[in-house]
Amino acid sequence: MAKRTPLYNGHLALGAKLVDFGGWDMPLHYGSQLKEHHQVRNAAGMFDVSHMTIVDFPDPDATRALLRYLLANDVARLYSGKALYTCMLNDTGGVIDDLIVYDQGESGYRLVLNAATRDKDLAWIAPLAERFNAAWRERDDLAMLAVQGPEALAKLETVLDAPTLQAVRASGRFHAVDSGGAFIARTGYTGEDGVEIMPSVEDAPALWKRLLDAGVAPCGLGARDTLRLEAGMSLYGSDMDETTTPLVSGLGWTVAWQPPDRDFIGRAALEQQRAAGAPQTFVGLVLEERGVLRSHQTVHDGDREIGVTTSGAFSPTLNRGIALARVMTGVGEHCQVDVRGKRLSAQVVKPPFISRPS
Amino acid sequence: MSSTIPSELHYTETHEWVRSQEDGIVTVGITDHAQHLLGDLVFVELPEVGRVVAVAEGCAVVESVKAASDVYSPVDGVIVEVNELLADNPELINEDPYEEGWILRIKTSADLEGLLDAAAYELIAIDEDEDEEGSLTNAKLAG
Repeated sequence: MAKRTPLYNGHLALGAKLVDFGGWDMPLHYGSQLKEHHQVRNAAGMFDVSHMTIVDFPDPDATRALLRYLLANDVARLYSGKALYTCMLNDTGGVIDDLIVYDQGESGYRLVLNAATRDKDLAWIAPLAERFNAAWRERDDLAMLAVQGPEALAKLETVLDAPTLQAVRASGRFHAVDSGGAFIARTGYTGEDGVEIMPSVEDAPALWKRLLDAGVAPCGLGARDTLRLEAGMSLYGSDMDETTTPLVSGLGWTVAWQPPDRDFIGRAALEQQRAAGAPQTFVGLVLEERGVLRSHQTVHDGDREIGVTTSGAFSPTLNRGIALARVMTGVGEHCQVDVRGKRLSAQVVKPPFISRPS
Repeated sequence: MSSTIPSELHYTETHEWVRSQEDGIVTVGITDHAQHLLGDLVFVELPEVGRVVAVAEGCAVVESVKAASDVYSPVDGVIVEVNELLADNPELINEDPYEEGWILRIKTSADLEGLLDAAAYELIAIDEDEDEEGSLTNAKLAG
């Protein structure tokens, strides 16, 4: 049977349509995916993301050494309370997973990994952690709620005490506040301001209920996917995987090349690819005609097939089909996408597809 | 999930509904059950008026946030009208699948008796709901 989050019964009570996601029964939507999408762009919505894998490393020094070897981005850039987005690579530079690391100062580091990759991630990390003598434990005693949207922080007034909320407001994007057991990070997967809160499994249902009462709309994974796509954020398993490097996945910016003497897994392969020139580049496509883009559609420049879409959807904000695509380096400003046998013209853009106040 | 299945219409196993009018013209759309399964519709690809279609031939495409789905002609005939409103308002199919959300009209000499009636279609829809309930272990969907 699929795993259930502590909010499962709450989803049922709200009439959620549930789907299997990485071995978990998760809400796809609660009636209308489009309304949920707009709710997050225009006001505030919340997502149960308790399926995600949270791992704590209590020893700061041993873990810093481990993570500087394990991750393509460099945790030496962090300071207490700061978060970092990074890829975890294999020896050939392929992406095993993408994740967020939170620097918790004296308390060590917290990693948040994808749910669907949990088993292989932990199998990869465990022997390395042992080698670096870095203790770790999975925090399956924690749930995770993402509250996202321009009104997200205002909605938190009813669930956080004033000093904590003040600390969250003052912390800024990609920072986290750990006050009295409540871990609140200014991170998310929608392109909007907001937080990801990691309460205990026991506290999660009451927090969810209070946020509902405060007018935060429950939103499913369907809206989460269109929101992240509009924001140009990558989806592991679709936009990148173990056969693609960050350099051909639009994630070159997450690779810390400096200092040059930092040895991290995949570095040699990435340097080789960088020196040779990456054969492909990662772009956004905006359909210029009516229609919807999906993943796995071929991209063409006249007679030449030049790539493939890795994620695609109808953008509710732009009212157009949009996609992320891996295409040959040197692509022009326009291309054609094969949509069920028809070639539709698309504009080539640099993600994100929407601009938001940062 | 309970969906509406008007008794005066005819249906196909592929979830189209058919309403017969005078002069041998039939109106075609997709059922309430189908729009529930698809989720929010975001695009409808309509055929050219005047196109000749055969029974079970794909004659339109409805795309939801989730997937693209063909609409199959329930009869042999000629397309005489399409619902142009759907170009800008695909959500009409979600909101009012049997009236405002009609998709196309076909001139046909076919007899509709070979199609499903409401009772027969309901069995198909219920079967699918139960399949979905089983796979999702979601008691709410059965209701």
